[in-house]
Order: sequence, then structure tokens, then C-alpha cells
Amino acid sequence: MEQGKKVRVLVAKPGLDGHERGARVVAYGLRDLGFEVIYTGLRQSADIIAKAAIQEDVDVIGLSILSGAHMTLTRKVLDKLKEQDARDVLMLIGGVIPDEDVPKWKEMGVSGVFTSGTPIKEIGDFINSNIS
Amino acid sequence: MDNELENLVNGIADGSVRSLAGMITCVENRTTGWLEAMKKIYSKTGHARVIGITGPPGAGKSTLTDRLTRTLLDKGLSVGVIAVDPSSPFSGGALLGDRLRMKDVSALEGVFVRSMATRGALGGLSLAARDVVKIMDAFGKDFILVETVGVGQDEIEVVKTADLVMVVCVPGMGDGIQAIKAGIMEIADIFVVNKADIEGADSVVKDIQAMLSMSTDKGKKTIQVLKTVATSGDGITELVDTLFQELEATKKKAGRQRDRIKEEIIGLLEREVSRLIHKRLDHNDKLDVSVDKILARECDPYSVVQEITDDYIK
Ligand SMILES: Nc1nc2c(ncn2[C@@H]2O[C@H](COP(=O)(O)OP(=O)(O)OP(=O)(O)O)[C@@H](O)[C@H]2O)c(=O)[nH]1
Ligand SMILES: [Mg+2]
Repeated sequence: MEQGKKVRVLVAKPGLDGHERGARVVAYGLRDLGFEVIYTGLRQSADIIAKAAIQEDVDVIGLSILSGAHMTLTRKVLDKLKEQDARDVLMLIGGVIPDEDVPKWKEMGVSGVFTSGTPIKEIGDFINSNIS
Repeated sequence: MDNELENLVNGIADGSVRSLAGMITCVENRTTGWLEAMKKIYSKTGHARVIGITGPPGAGKSTLTDRLTRTLLDKGLSVGVIAVDPSSPFSGGALLGDRLRMKDVSALEGVFVRSMATRGALGGLSLAARDVVKIMDAFGKDFILVETVGVGQDEIEVVKTADLVMVVCVPGMGDGIQAIKAGIMEIADIFVVNKADIEGADSVVKDIQAMLSMSTDKGKKTIQVLKTVATSGDGITELVDTLFQELEATKKKAGRQRDRIKEEIIGLLEREVSRLIHKRLDHNDKLDVSVDKILARECDPYSVVQEITDDYIK
């Protein structure tokens, strides 16, 4: 039995480009919904993200995605997690994501795809109904 | 103990990082069986040196922690970091941002960084953080750095359990060091004036030295005040040297260890007693009867408490 279980979420913004505003908004929003958010900011390599997820023992990883170029990086994170024998993690991405790309992300192992402007509450509900 | 925790305990003995992370979660959540698991690992603790790092928000504690970690790694030592941030009193959630300043170092071999939220008014933060220290210790970390914001009593309690406490100050904190909360100065073994690249560092150093020289506690007069620039690394070598010297010196204070264990036992006992009180009294008809009597002024709360304690002690 879990007496004081809190859902832990890692929020990261991979790659070198772009702003962290979106990631920050999500991080604060999830905190206000009662999640413990580990915010790691910009310029994250796949290796750093995977190791952070393992050390922090998170239930969820949320990546702020800016372009299709992040697909490779996301795949690398998933590979690294597997390679390092991590426990099951719910992988979510958010950002500007063309509709036609969604199946590709899902196929790769991303559970939730949220386009910019999605209410944070929706992300929170998704997390709550998808983690064991 | 259930299977999951048993596996985690064994995993820790085998050096599994995933087990280390998993056991910390179980202990933080107080998952059933956590106590048994702590008992199992206890015999493997006692090796790590624990450094508490505290100071006002934004003083550069995480940046400093990053630097210290690197320096210790270069000496061939393994490092665990515990970074504590407050939970939101409104949502119970937390934004834990200390990793932001440690991202490269946190991925290096031998480093394990864990963010912890204070998780509300349970008063249990210092106990939970102490447990996390022990888990990292049992895992084999040589050094454990514990970062907390020096604002709340709970956070101060956390660092107090360290072998050595570094209080981080910065220039421009308003009226000299007045801005630092009382209570935090008393626990310092080393003072660090970080952001020494900013004007006013020397005057903060002087203020602290003046304060220390006025102290009636003889030991306080010899406390070192060091300047650092965590962002560039200036002063870090000197800081680490001082840290090692001070650790050697505290090792000789034999009483400290004993006092700490006594304190811990009493702390755990207090929590246990408080838990038992709630268990017995939260939904207790007899207590409701007493409340009615008190409301009617036929009785008073003091007598009721005495009656209950007399009853317990029997
Ligand atoms: N100029 C200057 N800036 C510094 C120095 N050390 C840290 N900083 C900056 O100060 C800011 C806060 O640094 P952190 O390391 O996050 O401070 P902290 O004390 O851990 O902050 P909290 O955990 O939020 O309380 C960052 O922007 C750092 O880059 C320094 O020596 N000089
Ligand atoms: Mg910090």
C-alpha cells in the first residue's frame, strides 16, 4: 500500500533550439495540479534525460518538442531507458506537432501527444488515468 | 517485507541504480514495509560523509553543489545529492528545479541526484531526508550533499543532521547579514559568500566575521568564511580543502555522533507516539463525550489530557 504516493513528472526541453516558455508553463501547471515536477530546463541530451528519469524515479516524462527533428532524440531517450533497464514510464510530448505525425510518435512509444494550447488540466487527467 | 522491497534492498547491495531510486521512492511514500527495508540496510550505513548546504533562495547553492560534486569526483569519490524544495501548500505539488544547475554532472558515473519535495506539514521531512541519506550511504556513496533552502524550521532540521553544514550567503542581501534567518547562522560550520564577483562580497564577509567574533560560543570564533564564484569555479578548491579539514576536525568530536543517534531515536519516537495518539483518538466516542463536557464547562481540556496520559502510562 502506498501511503503518501505522489506522481512524479520529469519535464525537459531537449535539443539546443527554442524557448523554454512552453515547458515552464506545463511545469508550473502540473505543480498546481498536485504533481511533483522535476524541471530540468533546456539543452538536454537523451542520455541526461534518461538518467534523470531513472534517478528521480519518475512516473512520467514530458518532453517539450519544437520540431520533427526531436523525434530522433525522443527515440533515443526511449532506447536509453530500455538499455538502462528503467521501469515503465509514461512518455508524453507537447508542442507544435502536425496531426499527420501523431501516429509516428505513438508507434515509437509515446503515449500522449499534446499540441500547444492544450489545457494543462487535460494533461493532468491523462496522466492520472494512464499510470498504474 | 514484500517482494518488491526485498528486491530493492538486494539491488542496492548489488549496486543497482534503479533499486536505489526505487527504494528512495518507497521510503518517501512510506510504502508498507519501508521500515523493514530500512532496518535491513542500516548495517551498511556509516561510511558516507554528509554535507548540508543551505542559504537563501537563489544564493547559488545548486551551482555550488555542482562544482563540489565535480571536485569530489576528480578525487575519485562518489557523490549523492539530495536537493530539497518546498511543496506547494495549496496543491501539494512541487516544482523541483535544482537539477537545472546540475544537469551535466548528474549524468556522470558515480553521481546520483535526487530531488525531494517537503511534502507539507507532516513534520517528517527531516526524517524522510535522513532516510534518503542512509539509503545513498548504504549504496556506497562516499559523499552526500544535501541542499535545502534555509527558510523553514523543517529545512534547518534536515541540514542539522549533516556532518558539516555550509551556509551560503550572497552580497546584496539587504542590511548585511540581518537577512539571514536566526537559527540558520547557529548551525553553520563553514560560511560561504558566493557570487563574490558581485560588489559587496567583502563587506558580507566582514559582517559575518564580526558576528562570529561576538559569539559567546568559543567554537564559533574559528569558523571560516570563504568567498566563491560558483559560476566560474573560483574559490572552490579552497572550499573543498577547508571542507576536508573541518571534516577531520569534527570526526574527533566523538560526542556528536552519539548525540545525533539519541536525537534521532527521540525524533522517531515522537512521531510514533503522535501516530498512535491519532490512531486512538481521531474517531473516539469517549473523546466526544469529553468534548461535550468541556463545552458545557463541566470539565477542562487540561484534566482530560491528564486523564488520557495517565491511562497510557499505566
Ligand atoms: N554572478 C554570479 N551568479 C551566480 C553565482 N553562482 C550562482 N549564480 C547564479 O545565481 C542563480 C541561482 O543559482 P542556483 O545555483 O540555482 O541557486 P540556488 O541557491 O540553488 O537557488 P534555489 O535552489 O532556487 O534556492 C543562477 O542564475 C546562477 O547562475 C556566482 O558565483 N556569481
Ligand atoms: Mg537550488
